Amino acid sequence: MKIVLEHLTKIYPNRNRKIKDEKIAVNDFTFEIPDGKLIGLLGPSGCGKSTTLNLICGLEDATSGKIFFGEDDVTKAPPENRGVGMVFQNYALYPHMTVEQNIMFPLGNLKGEAKLSKEQMKAKALEAAKLVQIDEYMERKPAELSGGQQQRVAIARALVKLPRVLLLDEPLSNLDARLRLQTREEIRRIQRETQITTIFVTHDQEEAMSISDMIVVMETGVVQQIGKPQEVYDDPKNLFVAKFLGTPPINVFDGEVKGEKLYIGECAVLDVKGVADQPVFIGIRPEGFVLADDGVFECKLSSVEVMGRDTSVVSKHDALLGTEIRSIIPAENKVDTSSPVVRFNLKPAKVHIFNKETTERIYFE
Amino acid sequence: MGNNIDYKQKEIAAKRRNRIFKTVVYVFLCIWGLVVLFPFYWMILTSIKGYGAYNSEYIPQLFTTSPTLQNYFEAFNAVPLGKYFSNTLIFTLITTALMLIVIVLSAFAFSRLEFRGKNLVFTLFLALMMIPNELVIITNFQTITNMGLRNTFLGLILPSVTSVFYIYLLKENFEQIPDELYKVAKVDGTSDLKYLLKVMVPICRPTIVTVVILKVIECWNSYVWPRLITDNQAYFLVSNGIQEIRENGFGRENIPAMMAAVVVISIPLIILFLIFRKKIMAGVSRGGTKG
Amino acid sequence: MKKSNIKAWLYLLPALVFLGVFMVYPLFDVVVYSFEEGYNSASQSFFGTGLYNFSYVLHDPYFLQAVKNTFILVIITVPVSTGLSLLISLALSSIQKLKDLFQTLYFLPYVTNTLAVGLVFMILFKKTAYSDGLINLLINIFGGQSVDFIEGPYWAKMLVLCIYTIWIVMPFKILILTSSLASVNQDYYKVAKVDATPKWRVFTKITLPMISPMLFYLIITGFIGAFKAYSDAVALFGVNLNAQGMNTIVGYVLDMLYGNSGGYPSYASAAALILFAIVLTVTVINLLVSKKKVYY
Repeated sequence: MKIVLEHLTKIYPNRNRKIKDEKIAVNDFTFEIPDGKLIGLLGPSGCGKSTTLNLICGLEDATSGKIFFGEDDVTKAPPENRGVGMVFQNYALYPHMTVEQNIMFPLGNLKGEAKLSKEQMKAKALEAAKLVQIDEYMERKPAELSGGQQQRVAIARALVKLPRVLLLDEPLSNLDARLRLQTREEIRRIQRETQITTIFVTHDQEEAMSISDMIVVMETGVVQQIGKPQEVYDDPKNLFVAKFLGTPPINVFDGEVKGEKLYIGECAVLDVKGVADQPVFIGIRPEGFVLADDGVFECKLSSVEVMGRDTSVVSKHDALLGTEIRSIIPAENKVDTSSPVVRFNLKPAKVHIFNKETTERIYFE
Repeated sequence: MGNNIDYKQKEIAAKRRNRIFKTVVYVFLCIWGLVVLFPFYWMILTSIKGYGAYNSEYIPQLFTTSPTLQNYFEAFNAVPLGKYFSNTLIFTLITTALMLIVIVLSAFAFSRLEFRGKNLVFTLFLALMMIPNELVIITNFQTITNMGLRNTFLGLILPSVTSVFYIYLLKENFEQIPDELYKVAKVDGTSDLKYLLKVMVPICRPTIVTVVILKVIECWNSYVWPRLITDNQAYFLVSNGIQEIRENGFGRENIPAMMAAVVVISIPLIILFLIFRKKIMAGVSRGGTKG
Repeated sequence: MKKSNIKAWLYLLPALVFLGVFMVYPLFDVVVYSFEEGYNSASQSFFGTGLYNFSYVLHDPYFLQAVKNTFILVIITVPVSTGLSLLISLALSSIQKLKDLFQTLYFLPYVTNTLAVGLVFMILFKKTAYSDGLINLLINIFGGQSVDFIEGPYWAKMLVLCIYTIWIVMPFKILILTSSLASVNQDYYKVAKVDATPKWRVFTKITLPMISPMLFYLIITGFIGAFKAYSDAVALFGVNLNAQGMNTIVGYVLDMLYGNSGGYPSYASAAALILFAIVLTVTVINLLVSKKKVYY
């Protein structure tokens, strides 16, 4: 099912009527989600991603704009008529029901011709349970399951009625680190097998990047960038997106363009053709540094962390915005730890410059 | 495209259902509000109707055109309503204060001190919670009578001083205070009593306020025990006073004056409630649900 | 170690003294009383020991009347007040505007003096020579006959007693149920909504199980409270409840102890123990049922 959001906007009136200011939770969101894809809504907390999810499933009404499921305009339709499946952050499993009863619960709501017999319901529940590999625990109560298992039950319950869209709100945040890795692969697999258009919300960029077909980066209600994870990472549209994606995070410097050359402090680090003279923010990905004895960019060496496959060089520079520069270099390049300085050349593709006023990306050749 | 219309209709139907539902809910709530409020309205209304006017109404009037405060003078002059009032006040204050001392001390012992037989004693305390008042009131009546304490404040107050339930409530709350605080205080050379008064009591103030509120309401409305133990009007509490008025005050049928007395008796707690509304309701629901 | 032992007991001393004198001792004493035959308050002497007191009480028509009244009161008021308060709490939790106001209003009867407001109910329902009273006026409007609810037929008196009792116990139940409804995680309702669950199914399958522990708690305490009914009856019908045929078990106990018919602590003790046995039995049955029905 294709999902189209047109100028979707949600404004919360201020509770205190004396203060006129309103909170714009989602601002003019337009996006066409292709059928059968896994979409990650990504952003810091309070950016409006959960509100977007609630708008899509109908738990909140949009202030303006439209939502289409396929050709149907569902903007004002109540959630029960939309055919969505939702998994909540805390799973919201009914504690007094067994796993099987939980999964069967949505089927019991079907009316008229769609009504199922007990056997049919059981069969469907088992099918859904098998899909998420929870079928051996059908008789247990949620409290007797681990976090990861509860998560699967919640997904099975959302899937059992074959929703047109599956929505997941922070699906991994209640799991420990090991389970998180495992479960995100699981979500990927389930989505592939069912081919149901799936939207999930997360604040963890790694999570979103690793499994999404496309990611949507949001901040303060505004969509910053939409695209395939790698594209967004390689080609951020603005400073926020560049900073939000990637671990370790991008290193940001105060800098300047003079005579089509990019300066950090006194060092001219890169040729930037076609850019007018101006002060800029410079973002350099950790993997954009190349160790070189005659490198153009000189930093004060702090420490070297060996991580096996790579080496992480920690250094400082006066123009840096932040505490330290993190650069990742291949392990075979040896750093002279006795030297107070370290010198780098930069890979142009890993260096992004941004307008100082607007923080929009400035492209160069 | 036919689907579009379908959704539109569903949306409209949902909206209408919602509106009908909301209306029914509000009407229902208003009716109950009326049921709750009406007796209060009626008592105030009756209390400001003149004696003659009231008695000449064969069909009760829902309002009055000539309000009078005469009944209130009557209520205070014909019966010692002021006396009932001050009695209840004294009774409530002393009982609550004594109870606080007793329960704070024992809750402290149960929650912080180690002594032999602690668990056994506490279990016995809990078992006492199951004992209904009606069972022990008989002997207490005999005890107080034999001690010659009928028609005294002491006789009224003594049996009402302890409450196992409040000890339990406070002990639970005391136990939530981290042990470290106690250890720090001990290292600093703070005495147990000082620690109790300066640290534990302030931290647990919400619970103590709850207990006090519940006890004050209980005292103000207590009827059974005072009725047993007092037959001298000089020691009547408001409940007994009102019963006395009902039985033979105001020369039989002066209902407006009776209602004036009822208003006067009801108002202190209602004012208290309106001021501490949130606290009282939170306290009652906490006290109620923990039992 | 020893010193701290003594100190702890010192802290406990006031509570132990009060409880010992006014709860533990009376507990044993009441049993002793109930077996002492022909006890005389004045001379503090008795003829012998045995079950005569119980037999007397159980054959006393006043006691049987009181038991009957109490049971009728319990059977009517507990289900009605619990059901009604559940309905009101559900209505309350489904609205947002004016919720605070309604909650405050509904709680008012809790802080009022039972005896005092009982008088208001009495004049509302009473039929006198001067006036039939407001309730009778309403009954007349709907085409019914005036009834004296305070000194008239038994069913009428029982009806007023039930109404007043319900009015008195509702605030507490509404408060407890509203707060337990509010404590149910809203996500359950959201999931149910997304799954297109009908309102009735949400209520029976989600809401009810979630609040069942509180509901059973209210039913149990409701039973206990109703079995001990007394002041409500006094407020409506005056202290001479036996003459009115409206006495309750607690009222019987107190009448045996004190007042015109008083001076028989042995009979009072026997009646009190019978009441205790009834309450205990009902509570145990309640607990057994709730174990089966409540999910945790």
